[in-house]
Amino acid sequence: MSEQSNNSSATPVLQLRQINKNFPGVKALQQAQLSLYAGEVHALLGENGAGKSTLVKVMTGVLQKDGGELLLDSTALNFDTPKDAQQAGISTVYQEVNLLPNLSVAHNLFLGSEPKRFGLIDKKAMANQARQLLSTFGLDINVTAPLSEFSVAVQQLVAIARGVAPKRGAACTKVLVLDEPTASLDADEVQTLFQVLRQLKQQGVAIVFITHFLDQVYQISDRITVMRNGCFVGEYQTAHLNKAELIAAMLGKELCQQRHQAPCVAVEHSEAILIARQLNSGQSVQQLDLDLPAGQAVGLAGLLGSGRTEICRLLFGLDQADGGTLSFAGKPIKLSNPAQAIALGIALCPEDRKTEGVIAPLSIRENISLALQAKQGWWRVISKKKQQQLADFYIEKLQIATPDADKPIGQLSGGNQQKVILARWLAVEPKLLLLDEPTRGIDIGAHAEILQLIRQLCQQGMSLLVTSSELEELTAFSSKVVVMRDRKKVAELSGEDLNPDRIMAAIAGASV
Amino acid sequence: MSRTYLPLWITFALVLLMFGAGASQFDGFASLRVVTNLISDNAFLLVTALGMTLVILSGGIDLSVGSVIALSGVAAALLIGPYQWHPLVAFAVILPCAALFGAGMGALIQYYQLQPFIVTLAGMFLARGVATLLSEESVAIEHPFYDAVAEFGLELPDGGWLGATSLLTIALVLLMLVLTHYSRFGSYVYALGGNSQSAQLMGVPVARTTILLYASSSMLAAMAGIIFSFYTYSGYALSAVGVELDAIAAVVIGGTLLTGGSGFIIGTVLGVLLMGLIQTYINFDGSLSSWWSKIVIGGLLFFFIALQKLLSKQWQSKAGGKA
Repeated sequence: MSEQSNNSSATPVLQLRQINKNFPGVKALQQAQLSLYAGEVHALLGENGAGKSTLVKVMTGVLQKDGGELLLDSTALNFDTPKDAQQAGISTVYQEVNLLPNLSVAHNLFLGSEPKRFGLIDKKAMANQARQLLSTFGLDINVTAPLSEFSVAVQQLVAIARGVAPKRGAACTKVLVLDEPTASLDADEVQTLFQVLRQLKQQGVAIVFITHFLDQVYQISDRITVMRNGCFVGEYQTAHLNKAELIAAMLGKELCQQRHQAPCVAVEHSEAILIARQLNSGQSVQQLDLDLPAGQAVGLAGLLGSGRTEICRLLFGLDQADGGTLSFAGKPIKLSNPAQAIALGIALCPEDRKTEGVIAPLSIRENISLALQAKQGWWRVISKKKQQQLADFYIEKLQIATPDADKPIGQLSGGNQQKVILARWLAVEPKLLLLDEPTRGIDIGAHAEILQLIRQLCQQGMSLLVTSSELEELTAFSSKVVVMRDRKKVAELSGEDLNPDRIMAAIAGASV
Repeated sequence: MSRTYLPLWITFALVLLMFGAGASQFDGFASLRVVTNLISDNAFLLVTALGMTLVILSGGIDLSVGSVIALSGVAAALLIGPYQWHPLVAFAVILPCAALFGAGMGALIQYYQLQPFIVTLAGMFLARGVATLLSEESVAIEHPFYDAVAEFGLELPDGGWLGATSLLTIALVLLMLVLTHYSRFGSYVYALGGNSQSAQLMGVPVARTTILLYASSSMLAAMAGIIFSFYTYSGYALSAVGVELDAIAAVVIGGTLLTGGSGFIIGTVLGVLLMGLIQTYINFDGSLSSWWSKIVIGGLLFFFIALQKLLSKQWQSKAGGKA
């Protein structure tokens, strides 16, 4: 807190008061508020659908507010376009890197305010300025190469650099909004990012930090604003608010402790339903031995790119193995496409529900019956009545928040979309369900419900393989956790060894 | 980096190869005259393709350019002939009108979120229809200004001759080169082709850029129509049918990605030259049917589209591997 009191002035640099925003049929923001002081990192927290993104969009000119006022340095302003907000000194870095992969790094940094010479863009000067700017971020890269050649982490840092780069005819950056900047970064990259944020803080920039990772909130933020259901809940000093209080504020209720429940084992020492031996797939999975016991949930841990997702794809027949053996329910099998996997009773909920799962314009009902229809074959049409029953059953069972089954799935929040995708595969009644990051990007309430559901499914005798980056979550339901590193299995933890610290140690391995 | 330039180098190599093949087989092929004829014969296509390059770089397409060529030719012929306008006055009216026409299409695409394909298809029918309505028959142009322009030019050694229209075309190429690669407007066009949503969030004036883009394409097409009228001394409503497809072919052969965001003006120039060289080769040979040029161009298109797919696949797997 000392840092903040050193830097803060009496008046906030940006103040949002009594902001209202309505969408057809939804009050997205009601009397929302936010105060930002120069030189602070301010975490904006809340469940999905709490209105964080809407508030940010109002603040950055993407959406226009229906009521309330926005004060920048005590002057009331209205932003009609993102450009207006940028000109006033409010920059935003969105969740997905919103840069242009086809342009050079330098051009991405200065698009719209390129240095000019004789009225033409001076590419040399642009590259030099880019190098200079990025060096303050500790990035030494070829700035004339297209952005697409760099990793997501580098792209994220470039996006932030663009956020604070001086712009033509604009005030210097006073407010920097980061919407889930760490979602696709690994631990080291997060630390690099935080280093940059601390530096910007020193320079007096007010930073809004939106995230789902509460640990990171405590690591970097000075103050916290919590929102719920489009309303302001409270503003807190991070140092004076413990995690339980924070979660309570976000949920409006105490989160039941999930953590110390026993792993879910329906049958002790059950037969393995799936056995893989020396399974190889090109560069992505190497010499994998894997036993999945029936009626248990097995966790799959590892960093991004460690081979987690690739295993799921392999077991669902999306990728082909080029070595090793695979047997399912006692019989040796070969999977060359997902249809075979589905016929055997294997289902996959993919990691990226936006691009690989949800068919946004279709209704919940249609989305749910899709996989079952595919399994039955398209010539045996599931009647609308049957579809409706199916949809109603799962809406009830998974507590999907929707007025009816005919709402397009694209209009649901992330957590509810995930539940619909789950329902789609549950409808097929698989023997083995592969869940790739089922809880990514969904709010805490839905998170708890999905964990609950995983336990229930196990108890009903279904076998699950669940990948997740959240280690505590894995330990909450897994009978054992398989740890991947660099495309190889490095550990299999169960019983006493099954705790986040051990998993972390295995993931880190020799590199620590 | 090399990936961006690879299609360009391939086209360049093909141009050299084609020229070498012609030069080794036919006397007089390797002369400045052939080169300058190549420019003047393809001037109107090149000018059209310049505008098309911009549009395709932005991720769009403009099917109306062939009709706009015909319409501007007919309009010029009528204004100069029956209406007795001075050609320069006629051009000064036609070019802004064409720009307006393109701006209209751009506005429809932008504000109603319509597919460029459909909007410019409508524009294509509209312009062709209006041209036919103005005159079903070919209208001849007889004016001292046209004669003066035909006589104006740069005498080069080796039988080379750069006429006024060729010089104008070269000037337009240089202008578009600078506009595309060294102006803010040019970078906005690339930004649109990269990802229009990101571009919007980065503060690119998407609406203005889109409208300007289609306006320039139509205006360049009208310019091509005027150049074409100097070539034929007439305006005819059914001329330049399918030129939009030739222009698209030239742009693609020049290495510009059909999905937008990557390509070069110089590539389009090479694309047009390559197509022209194939035609020239066939003319020199004399025994080959001129339809062979279509067959070769078809084959080239297949090749370049496959190449694009290959390169963008590499690009995706590279980006996707990290996601």
